[in-house]
Amino acid sequence: MPERFSTLTSRPMPLIRDNIDTDQIIPSREMKSTGKTGLADGLFAGWRYTEIGGREANADFVMNDPDFADSQIILGGSNFGCGSSREHAVWALAEYGYRAVIAPSFAPIFAGNCIRNGVLPVVLDEIEIAEIEKSKTIITIDLPAQTVSLPNGQFWPFALNDESKIMLLEGLDAIDLSLKQADAIGVWQSADRVQRPWIYLGAEQ
Amino acid sequence: MLAIDRVFLHERTGAAALNALADANRKVVDPSRVFAVTDHIVDTRPGRTDQTLMPGGQAFITETRAATLAAGITLFDVNDPDQGIVHVISPELGVVLPGCTLIAPDSHTCTQGAFGALAWGIGSSEAEHAMATGTLRLNKPKSMRVTFTGKLSTGVTPKDMIMALIARHSAAGGKGHAVEFSGDAVQALDMDGRMTLCNMTTEFSAMSGFIAPDEKTFSYLKGRRYAPKAANWELAVDNWRSLYSDKNAIFDQEIEIDASEITPMVSWGTSPEHSIGIDQAIPESAAERSLEYMALDAGTPIKETTIDAAFIGSCTNSRLSDLRRASTLLNGKRVADGIKAICVPGSSNVKREAEKEGLDQIFLNAGFEWRESGCSMCFYAGGESFDAGSRVISTTNRNFESRQGPNVKTHIASPETVVASAIAGTIADPRELLESVTA
Ligand code: SF4
Repeated sequence: MPERFSTLTSRPMPLIRDNIDTDQIIPSREMKSTGKTGLADGLFAGWRYTEIGGREANADFVMNDPDFADSQIILGGSNFGCGSSREHAVWALAEYGYRAVIAPSFAPIFAGNCIRNGVLPVVLDEIEIAEIEKSKTIITIDLPAQTVSLPNGQFWPFALNDESKIMLLEGLDAIDLSLKQADAIGVWQSADRVQRPWIYLGAEQ
Repeated sequence: MLAIDRVFLHERTGAAALNALADANRKVVDPSRVFAVTDHIVDTRPGRTDQTLMPGGQAFITETRAATLAAGITLFDVNDPDQGIVHVISPELGVVLPGCTLIAPDSHTCTQGAFGALAWGIGSSEAEHAMATGTLRLNKPKSMRVTFTGKLSTGVTPKDMIMALIARHSAAGGKGHAVEFSGDAVQALDMDGRMTLCNMTTEFSAMSGFIAPDEKTFSYLKGRRYAPKAANWELAVDNWRSLYSDKNAIFDQEIEIDASEITPMVSWGTSPEHSIGIDQAIPESAAERSLEYMALDAGTPIKETTIDAAFIGSCTNSRLSDLRRASTLLNGKRVADGIKAICVPGSSNVKREAEKEGLDQIFLNAGFEWRESGCSMCFYAGGESFDAGSRVISTTNRNFESRQGPNVKTHIASPETVVASAIAGTIADPRELLESVTA
């Protein structure tokens, strides 16, 4: 079950490039097992290390900058998370310790995967993101209030649909949300069993 | 919320979904409606075991075995007589049925829409969701109807139909739609052909493709292991007969194609939309990057391009009728010198049936390898592949960069075109060979 999300205060790491795709977030060669874990090491591997498959830190890449070592927020470019639908991209981000990404736009499947895994996708426009970067300070994301704020009191509101907000606040995933309707599903299935008995294999054998 | 009637997992993504459910202390609500198979990274060389050429691949197989056992899910394991590519065995076993919803964490699940089912590919979390709740949350897709009028010419196949659709209307043409295929040329297809047609709706960016079920559908399914029996069969068929679009139905989008105008198709580039008729030249407008990757020039005819290898297999074109048609052309001939040629039956059942008919001997005598069933070299997961940089003519569905191995140049085409090309050693028109065979 994803961690609950309420407020988050951290120095954001700027990675402001457009079209960062899921293959860059977690390259295929770094998906080595059947699990959702063990992926943090491969996060942004193509940029983070000096050579493919290697583990020597590339000092020029922002993730390796000590200033951002404890960052839990990424400032990104537009169409963040495009490409393959692999959920491993979000699993890798969450495992490494990122809890939020602020970007001008997200690929829809990636944004959905974020919500299901306790990672908050925040949409702000490019100018706002540039201002945040320029401030070079910690920021606070307040999910109940739906704002991003600087210590000087400056803040920006962001939009999020109700279902996603509830899921993140309560640490629910879509499965929990749907299981709340288990009774209604059960009633529907009992009626369906009469109409389409051939669908229910357990009963037939 | 939509009720999900069937889930089919494979070893590349299945264990991950099942392990995640178990870790969250959740149960598969109805394991009798979930199935799994080892097809993706399983070895296809004769005498196979759990060992596989993909580094670390064996764990995917053993963990899938353990996870399905623990969850009470039926697994068609490495050497099970019913093992095969998920989208080939699901229909063979009668798992997919008209009017049912079927999902699998695999993009070519749309293949099974050929039975009048709503079948589509999903991600890991959605597979977990479906197994834990019996439902999925989704928005209703837009609708599209693609009507193929008229009759296919000799030597032209359902593979050419779907490639022609994508070439004309682009790889994004079906974006997110549920696509109904209809028209005389679709109704005339047998079930194998209908599956080939629906298989590549994902290359058209559609959510899924489907065909209204008819007597061919029902007679294909009758008596299959998981198909309804006795009184339930009568009840089911009655219900299935009502599954067709109303005469005056309105679709969000309509496309019509005259099937008689379609010729054998072959791809020249790195997207399925980069496809042309076998007699045509590579368009002058061809994307620079794709041409460079494929080492081809705009304006040159695609025919007579020298190839290094030929592949018959995959969930698109590896069913018994595909192998029969291919072997008719291949009978008594040999592939050209130096061509690496491989045939991988789509399921263990297909393989046995083909062997009963002696097709394996035709392939072997012609210089093809004859493999155990699986996805095999349809895709590259770090294990076996074609030689780096080689040019392959293939019955598969994706001609992406490095899809079949590092820098491998893939040309997708029908089994007929692959056979004709393997014999010629260059991309060749199957109609010429067909004439000599039937003459
Ligand atoms: S045969 Fe190829 S396309 Fe089909 S399921 Fe296997 S890997 Fe995917």
